[in-house]
Amino acid sequence: MHSKIFLNYSREDKSCLIPMLQDVQNIYNYLPEPALHEIAEFVGLPFSRVYGVATFYNQFRLAPLGENIIRVCRGTACHVKNSANILFALETHLGIKAGETTRDKKFTLELVNCIGACSIAPVVTINDDYYGRIGIKDIPKILKNYSQPAVKPEQSTAGKN
Amino acid sequence: MNKFIDPCCEHCWHTKEKPCELFIACCTEGPLCHQNRSCEEKFKSLNNHLKYIEHDQPVIFIGKGTCGLASGAQKVEEAVKNELQKLNIKAHIEETGCVGYCSREVIVDIKLPGQERISYCEVTPKIVPKLIQKTLVQKEIFSEKLLGTYGKGSGDIPNINSVPFFKNQRKIVLENCGVINPSSIDVYIAFGGFKGLDKALRLMKPPEVVKEISESGLRGRGGAGFPTGKKWELAANQKSDKKYLICNADEGDPGAFMDRSVLESDPYRVVEGMIIGAYAIGACEGYIYCRAEYPLAIKRLEETIKKCEEYNLLGNNILGSGFSFNLHVKKGAGAFVCGEETALMASIEGKRGMPRPRPPFPSVSGLWGKPSVVNNVETFANISSIIVRGAGWFSSIGTKTSKGTKVFALSGKINNTGLVEVPMGVTLEDVVFKAGGGIPNAKHFKAVQIGGPSGGCLPESVISTQVDYESLKSVGAMMGSGGFVVMDEDTCMVDIAKFFLTFIQNESCGKCVPCREGTKRMLEIIKRIPTSYRNTKLKTDELQRFKGVVHLQRLASVIQDTSLCGLGQSAPNPVLSGLRYFREEYEEHLYERKCSAGVCKELLIYTIDNAICNGCGVCVKKCSSDAIAGEKGHAHYIIEDKCIKCGLCYESCRFNAINVN
Repeated sequence: MHSKIFLNYSREDKSCLIPMLQDVQNIYNYLPEPALHEIAEFVGLPFSRVYGVATFYNQFRLAPLGENIIRVCRGTACHVKNSANILFALETHLGIKAGETTRDKKFTLELVNCIGACSIAPVVTINDDYYGRIGIKDIPKILKNYSQPAVKPEQSTAGKN
Repeated sequence: MNKFIDPCCEHCWHTKEKPCELFIACCTEGPLCHQNRSCEEKFKSLNNHLKYIEHDQPVIFIGKGTCGLASGAQKVEEAVKNELQKLNIKAHIEETGCVGYCSREVIVDIKLPGQERISYCEVTPKIVPKLIQKTLVQKEIFSEKLLGTYGKGSGDIPNINSVPFFKNQRKIVLENCGVINPSSIDVYIAFGGFKGLDKALRLMKPPEVVKEISESGLRGRGGAGFPTGKKWELAANQKSDKKYLICNADEGDPGAFMDRSVLESDPYRVVEGMIIGAYAIGACEGYIYCRAEYPLAIKRLEETIKKCEEYNLLGNNILGSGFSFNLHVKKGAGAFVCGEETALMASIEGKRGMPRPRPPFPSVSGLWGKPSVVNNVETFANISSIIVRGAGWFSSIGTKTSKGTKVFALSGKINNTGLVEVPMGVTLEDVVFKAGGGIPNAKHFKAVQIGGPSGGCLPESVISTQVDYESLKSVGAMMGSGGFVVMDEDTCMVDIAKFFLTFIQNESCGKCVPCREGTKRMLEIIKRIPTSYRNTKLKTDELQRFKGVVHLQRLASVIQDTSLCGLGQSAPNPVLSGLRYFREEYEEHLYERKCSAGVCKELLIYTIDNAICNGCGVCVKKCSSDAIAGEKGHAHYIIEDKCIKCGLCYESCRFNAINVN
């Protein structure tokens, strides 16, 4: 599945390691170990170096994720507007801690440093949808959009303005 | 002729392969190489069309930056399209970036042929039919959501620049943001874009460009404020077969989003600045290192680079000058420390993004060991204006040591959140209360956090400080990249210090000991301050709690003095500025175990007012720790020992029967 990625890069280009990891992660949503081995071989670096890079950056994950990825922004502006409470409410609602995936593999809860939408803090993103200015009360309603299978979730809503 | 790249007649021969050096000048003043009335008309009408002056159909501008999209711009656009179809009106929808007034998004501008462009704010899909009916059918002003007009204002319709939010601003970097379509190179050229590049390539030699930038007094907008001209001069004087120019768009500061907005709303300006910079220092290759968290910005940049290559503004023999420059976008992978220039270069090279000691400075030995210049997005966005209007014009704005303007990202507890660009030298008070519109809900201003995790919290007593590099440093903050988070009385300063230390601790790359270990110890000390008696089980914990605070200041200064890079050196700033200005608050937490802001959870006590509680039972359902007891229909009680102080009951009570103190 990921073998096509190798065609886009040249072995001489030493800087291609991170873009390759990003591309592989785009396919699987995480970095499977066999793919890491293949990349290491391709770029001619020891596996330890590739693993070192993959664990250094926040973006890379070594374990598979749930179907929907919930990202809670923990930037300063969101923090000042009580995103800690939003996170806590999400954690209790889903029964998992930040960084974990629910047992039914539906949701993964992640923290993100700042997504740059500080003006509408606090912000939560689910997959590619933004939810701004949300309160604890909005959470069950938002999550409901994503819990039913096969129903396409509604496009992003602004929450209450 | 629909695009500038299209030839006006057989005389015009500009192509990607065979570039004409007069191309840019020709676009707005053309044709220059021959005289022909019909060609002149063609250029004039294309310019007027692109500048939205001449058009037959109404133009509807929709602000679709990330902030606009998050507020529902996509839905608004769909609603507009549906409504137009329903009423059978033909209109042109133009996508723009963010005008800066993020709290009033979605912003929709409507321009009827031959009339002024009028801006409407807070547009929702619901009011779209009303808006379209009023403006396009009845051809009147929809005064309910009116923001202002881009033309001459009068009476009820203010000019957009007289709206309080825009009044005290001076826009150089944000000039085009929210006004033009960010994905069209022709619109950018029609609005005067690439004029700086044209002037530099045709009329100036590289050392002259460097001299102009030096004389303008422009300083790095990334935070440290190193003179840009000097940086360029150092790199220009290096002899090397290859030099690199890098744009630092790894805007990791939580609470800062101006780089994102500029890249989304006016990417051509940044790229133009980079091409001029590359010409000045003699670089042939460039990188834009952008955060992966900004997908729209990356998309726009990639489009921009492709378009510039098509117009021969990037690539080989740019505009026939013999100068070649190639630009690439590198996606960051989510590491705050990569905003530090040496770490950033390590990351581009495909390594772990760890800083290295300087010297050698990147201007001497940077990316792949070659001379490299790293500048911030906002720095590059200033370059073309300086070249076009001259160093004298730029240095006339601002204070003695800090020239030009600075973009701040206002957020937090402030009425007008968004981007403001103010000349250096205005006071913090002006930014908070004039542009920012003060604090919402009649709360009291407490502090403003400037400069992200490296900056400090400034209280009301120093709010008359001028915005410039030196003044901010003297009061214990720093310019930083421009995050401007306002806090009110409900914000706890100990909690903020804890927040930033947690952030720094997570993001410390681990290379040097003071930063890796020191910040961890600091975080431990700060974390122990807001603990309740109940959670302090051992007597030694009690002792540690006080002992830590005694050592806090010394530990902070050791970290400052001995860390390897800027991240560590500035890591203690939030704590130090907290101790300097909010000592009483720290002492209150320490001695009285009380948090008057009501933030530090462990120190709070939740009670139910049994005179108000009617026993609806909502809080019982919400409580995750079975800490609420009571019979249905009767007042409930909170069992203190079980309560984990999550606050869910407080949030869910519809009768405000729950008190926190």
